[in-house]
Parts: sequence; C-alpha cells; structure tokens
Amino acid sequence: MARFSAWALAKNALTGNQHWDSQWRKPEPKPAYDVIIIGGGGHGLATAFYLAKEHGIHNVAVVEKGWIGSGNVGRNTTIVRSNYELRPNALFYEHSMRLWEGLSQVLNYNVMFSQRGVLNLAHSPGELDAFATRGNALRLHGIDAELLDRNEVTRFVPQLDMSAETRFPIVGGLLQPRAGTARHDAIAWGYARAADHLGIDILENCEVTGFLKDGDAVVGVQTTRGDIKSAKIGVAVAGNTSDVMRKAGIENLPIESHVLQAFVSESLKPAVNTVVTGGGGHFYMSQSDKGGLVYGGNIDKYNSYAQRGNLPVIEDVHTLMLALYPQFAKLRMLRHWGGIMDMSLDGSPIITKGPLPGLYLNAGWCYGGFKATPASGWCFAHTIANDAPHALNAAFTLERFNSGYTIDEGGAGPFAKLH
Amino acid sequence: MLIPCPHCGDRDVSEYSYLGDATIKRPNQEKANPHKWETFVYNRQNPRGPHKELWQHNGGCRLIVEITRDTISHEILSMKATGPHKTGLGK
Repeated sequence: MARFSAWALAKNALTGNQHWDSQWRKPEPKPAYDVIIIGGGGHGLATAFYLAKEHGIHNVAVVEKGWIGSGNVGRNTTIVRSNYELRPNALFYEHSMRLWEGLSQVLNYNVMFSQRGVLNLAHSPGELDAFATRGNALRLHGIDAELLDRNEVTRFVPQLDMSAETRFPIVGGLLQPRAGTARHDAIAWGYARAADHLGIDILENCEVTGFLKDGDAVVGVQTTRGDIKSAKIGVAVAGNTSDVMRKAGIENLPIESHVLQAFVSESLKPAVNTVVTGGGGHFYMSQSDKGGLVYGGNIDKYNSYAQRGNLPVIEDVHTLMLALYPQFAKLRMLRHWGGIMDMSLDGSPIITKGPLPGLYLNAGWCYGGFKATPASGWCFAHTIANDAPHALNAAFTLERFNSGYTIDEGGAGPFAKLH
Repeated sequence: MLIPCPHCGDRDVSEYSYLGDATIKRPNQEKANPHKWETFVYNRQNPRGPHKELWQHNGGCRLIVEITRDTISHEILSMKATGPHKTGLGK
C-alpha cells in the first residue's frame, strides 16, 4: 500500500491517476484467527486497527455482512464533540476527541476533521443555567467549554434568527470550540486501510449466521463464507446487537433498536459556519464541505430495524430548522435516510468482556456513536487484548444495570426512546 | 405509519405515544429479587421481526392498544385494546 503524500499525489497526477493501488486487500477467510471482530463499521475497524497498533495482535479478522461502512458510520450527521457532564462519559469522549485531533496523521488518511465548534442553544434562562452547570463540569475535567450570552451567540452565528418574536427565543448557548465535524466515510476507509496495512483481514460479504460453542464458551463463528475459529470474538454491530447476540444464545439485553433519520439539503455556498444544536426541540445542523446542509433531530421513538422512518419526524425537524434559520425556507431537501440505533436503556454505551466466555461486547451507542469511534475502538481493543477493561471504559459494563450504577446522561430513566 | 385503534380506526402515528415492549411483566413486589427487577426495568428481547408493543392513543381516545408490528416492514399484524378502559367500547 502506497502512503499518501504530496509526492504520491504529484506522481499520480502526472500519470492520470490510473495507478493508485487498492486501499485494502480482499482476502479469503483463514480457518482461524487470534481475534474476530463482527461488524465492519467504524467501531469494528477501529478496534482491529488498535489491536494491531497498540497491542501487537495482527492475526485478526473483521467480518462484515455487507460492505464496510454500509451501516451507521456512513449514515450519521458527522458531529464530533466531548461535552458530556457525567464523569465516565466526559473522560471517555474527551479521549476520543484527542484521538480525533491526530487521526489523519496516525491513519495517513485525511478524515477531514474540522474543529468548527458545536454550539448548544439555550432557549430559556433555566436551560442556560443548566448549560452553565455542564460547562463548569466540563472545565473541571479539562474539556473546553464557553458559555455565550445572547450577543455572543449573535456574533458567532450571525445567520440565526435572534428576534424576540420567534417561537423559542434564543437567550444564549454553550460552545465547545474544539468540537466539529469529520468525513464519515473516511473514518471507515481510513481505519480499514490502516488495519489492512497492519495485516488484518477485512472479510466483506461475510455474514455471521451462528456461533461455534464449546459448552458456554464461544469458540468461533459460522458465516456465509464458512466457519472461522477464534478464542476471542468481539461484537460491534450497533443496531443489530440484539439479533447477533441472540444467535449466541443471549435473549435479553438492555438495548432497543430504533430508527434515526438524517437529512441533506441541496448544495449552498458557505452559509453555516459551525454546528448548531437546539431550536426548542431536538435539532442539529452543520454544512458539509460539499455545501449541503447536514441535519437531523430525534429518533422516531418506536422499535424498528427498517432503515427508513416516518413523516412526523421529517416535519418536526424542518419546523425546527426554519425556526432557527427562516432564510432556508426555499431550500430543497436533497435526500434523507434512516439508520438503526442501538439505544441502551440508560443512554450510555457498553464496552465489556462477556456476557459469555470468549465473547466481548461493544454496543449501546444510542445516536452518539460516530464521535466515539476512535475511543470505542481503542478501549474495545484494550479490553479484548488484556481480558479486562481500561479505566476509560470500566464503567461501561452490562452489570451496571443490575448494580444500579447506570450512567444516565439525560436523566431520562429506563426508557430507550428518551435517550 | 398508521396505527390502528379499536375505537377510532387507523390513525397517524403522531397521534400516539409509544409505550414499548408489551411482553415485560412487572414482578411481584413482595417476592421479586434484584435480578427480576433488572429484567423488568432494563432487559428487552428487541426482536427483528414481529414485536408485541403498546401504543396509547393520546391524541385521540386515550385508549391503550396492544399491537403486534413487524419491526422490519412496519406492517401491523394484530391489534387489541388493553389497559383499564379496554372493555365497554362502542357503548
């Protein structure tokens, strides 16, 4: 695999860009590996990469039922932030942020990480007080946070409707300047290319149909490309977690699958300089480097494995968009899609050994998994390599639902649809 | 998506509040151990396919409806009234 560099770009430009190598191999499955990761999305590919890079475990397969990046890593709104209030989340997502900051260099792949800031809008004095509390908690954890008043919001995002006549007038906001966006596909491709370079086999069109078991222990997977054995099997399949784990005999998990829709408008000249969230409901929007507005809102709030949603959410999201940005009323929506979220019952992730011997579980990302991709892979690789969690993911267990140490960032209670 | 109501007929999903999995049962207050409570509060089968679930027709007659819906196709497979006001419909 050729490294990307100014020299490589110049050389290939002169030869008509006809001689770029494939970015990763298409290997045949071996009969056995040291580690198998199920799920060729961002988290699975990152896990494989860090297993090789940080822990020297190169005999690893990533099995993916479709093509890599065909799931949620290619279906999100690309927002990266670490402004979580609760300590386990704050430390974990800040670790992710620091990995993001060096990721293009580490992977030798431009992930287009753009630290353009994420601004959470406050629409009432009470909401602004809550943001002040969160901002203080963030700063105590060494995470950047700035509380903006109304005038500062106006200066930072002049396009917003700041009039007093709007349905939910804006009174201020909480800004994380280091937050921003990244290129979704580049995460999948960058990790895949770098992992492949370290000897990891990426097996596409290889769907897991069952597990090979020895008593309680899981010792391999049955796939559409044959049986593959391994003493350690990591599951990172997002919305399909319950379905895949059921094949291993796990009937119940603190997870519900819900559909989240996302939207892209037709292309505009640069119009939105940062990521804005809020609107009096749940809304978030940024502008991609291609010019399209990328935005979304709430999940549809019912169990679903269909990668498409319903009209009420579409109407709700656009109502919020026009409340914040009335000037986009004549803009046309270009496309929209749905992804299946693994909504955990406390809104926080699970990165743990178990629940069966030989099995490791990475799930429960709700709709915040994209920003977590580097730290998720980093922590999951540590957990698999050492058979024990890192301090950063020690709280993200399954046992917490039994012991009562749930991590309920939103304070919403045990209702998947509310996280 | 249209959700059927035995009282009002097929109504838009936005008129309803989703109450989730209809198969979980609250354990006996006196006899349950922490594991049973954990199962009731947090653990879900989350099936890919037919899912028995509860919807309340908040924007209409407020009846709670138990529906079996396919989570892949969103097709409604069966429907019946439940909750404290399930009897007496149509009187």
